[in-house]
Amino acid sequence: MIDLNNVNKTYFGAQPLHVLKGIDLHIDKGEFVSIMGASGSGKSTLLNILGILDNYDSGEYYLAGKLIKDLSERQAADYRNRMIGFIFQSFNLIGFKTAVENVELPLFYQGVPRHRRHEMALEYLDKLGIRDWAGHYPNEMSGGQKQRVAIARALITNPQILLADEPTGALDSKTSEEVMTLLSDLNRTEGVTIVVVTHESGVANCTNKIVHIKDGIIGNIEENKEHHASAFGVGSIMK
Amino acid sequence: MKWDFDSFREIGDALVRNKSRSLLTGFGVFWGLFMLLFMVGGGDGVKQLLLQNFEGFASNTTIVFTSRTTKPYKGNKEGRWFEMGSRDVTRLKQMVPELEVVTPSLGWWGINAEYDSHTLEINVTGVLPEYVNIEIPKLKYGRFLSQNDCNQQRKVCVIGKRVYETLFPDGGNPCGTSIKVGGTYFTVVGVNTSSSNLSIQGSPDTKVYVPLPVLQRLRHTGDYIDLVACTAKGSIKTSTLEDRIRQVIARQHIVDPTDRDAIQVLNTEQIFQLMDSLMRGVSFLIWLVGLGTIFAGAIGVSNIMMVTVKERTTEIGIRRAIGATPFEILSQIIMESVSLTVAAGAFGIVLAVSVLRLMEMATREQGITFQVSFGTAMLALSLLALLGVAAGMAPAYRAMKIKPVDAMRDE
Repeated sequence: MIDLNNVNKTYFGAQPLHVLKGIDLHIDKGEFVSIMGASGSGKSTLLNILGILDNYDSGEYYLAGKLIKDLSERQAADYRNRMIGFIFQSFNLIGFKTAVENVELPLFYQGVPRHRRHEMALEYLDKLGIRDWAGHYPNEMSGGQKQRVAIARALITNPQILLADEPTGALDSKTSEEVMTLLSDLNRTEGVTIVVVTHESGVANCTNKIVHIKDGIIGNIEENKEHHASAFGVGSIMK
Repeated sequence: MKWDFDSFREIGDALVRNKSRSLLTGFGVFWGLFMLLFMVGGGDGVKQLLLQNFEGFASNTTIVFTSRTTKPYKGNKEGRWFEMGSRDVTRLKQMVPELEVVTPSLGWWGINAEYDSHTLEINVTGVLPEYVNIEIPKLKYGRFLSQNDCNQQRKVCVIGKRVYETLFPDGGNPCGTSIKVGGTYFTVVGVNTSSSNLSIQGSPDTKVYVPLPVLQRLRHTGDYIDLVACTAKGSIKTSTLEDRIRQVIARQHIVDPTDRDAIQVLNTEQIFQLMDSLMRGVSFLIWLVGLGTIFAGAIGVSNIMMVTVKERTTEIGIRRAIGATPFEILSQIIMESVSLTVAAGAFGIVLAVSVLRLMEMATREQGITFQVSFGTAMLALSLLALLGVAAGMAPAYRAMKIKPVDAMRDE
């Protein structure tokens, strides 16, 4: 599903910053992976590249067999729309749109007819157990509910991969656990490929594979089928 | 992306979300369009009002009259008086065939007209029947002077509006009644109600037309005439004939043809041209000011859209992250700008049309139309849409440059 071969990325500022120093990563379809690292380790940059939000300088990135390199803005937008679902730390819902309208938005850009996309959006909200909140605006919902709306929005285009950037960063530990359970359920029952970027070991523990990244290089890759690494709220935040 | 109902609802939402801001921004455009259309319509009305003053006067008239010479010529000293007579009329007709009508006129100023103890000081003008081509009478009663009146030297007259109103305060048809003009009785044959402000030898209101030969005999002036009025044939401009007219008169009276003071030629065409260019100048100013105001409004829209885009960086970033193409963002911002300008402009049109309509109702008697044409309004509206696009261009370009990562950074 995801194939990264020797991907490099440098930010050219006043002081050139070599953020990713030859990343090789392989993620199969249906995997539930977390990328873990301290801030400044390059994990967000990696996620941006995975999400086609940013370009890389050298190397190769294949998503579902397609080489993602030097895409036009239009093509990038199309791939993002059809192949990738995003979940952000701060939910990034559009404040003046109701839950259902937020979920509809990716379909709007796909040109799905109005009624069809409304039905689908309601269906996904139902799936995530927040259909009753369809007509509410984000500021009327709790953090957990907002993240569920965001997940519904990410899922509605039936993407190849779901990218989550600190999905629990703005949530309390109880809600965090709910959201992570939700993600692993989605992975198990629907077979959605999920990549979570986090620095929280509790979050990483919920995933089946933990990729450690440090200073722009992939460290060890830990199989975590038993989820014994570190439970939520137990132990400290990994730094 | 297909355009559907939601696309328009999004635009509406975006504009309604900041009600007072949209309102204030739109006001600039609204006021600009209102001013433009109001001034265009009003200016048109004022123009008609002005032109009404010149109604009843041939716009292509040349008037020739003489004065003392100012240049010595062929043995004649300067400062000599000379007089025109019927021979000048005949010669002008012969020598300048481009002239349609050449007709003389003789005035008699400050004469009392009396009837039934009513008196009014009037001006008598002796003319021939062709004179109707110069000052077009509006006959309420009777007829104008005829060829027979002149040939038989009948003592008949056509009286002006105020003469009629003063001498015949009870109204009714005065034709056939005899009135005393300067000690002589004349039979009224017509009433002229023209009130053109452009006239020769006094206002038509207080004028009494009599046959030229009758007046010449009455005043013992022989063949003398005050002036000759001419109109040119078809579309020939009388101004182009001016020099030839001068030459004909000059040769007849042995006057230097370049002596512009001796032979004075007055072209009403010039007056009309002056009016015309004045009108053109005024309407140019109107459009300049109106368009300037609209333009200022559009710049306001552009500015506000800039601010809006800045504010909405996160939102636009999110949209980009979930699959909006740059073009979709661009068209969204431009559509917002166009919607704002066109909606505001539409209100401006409605208000301008209503106000002009009120003005039209207030001046109903004069029959002036103050209204702007449908075409002008539509032109203004489409211009506005174009301006909206232009105003949205820069902000939309900035919005297009927003990267999806900016959405996450801008926390």
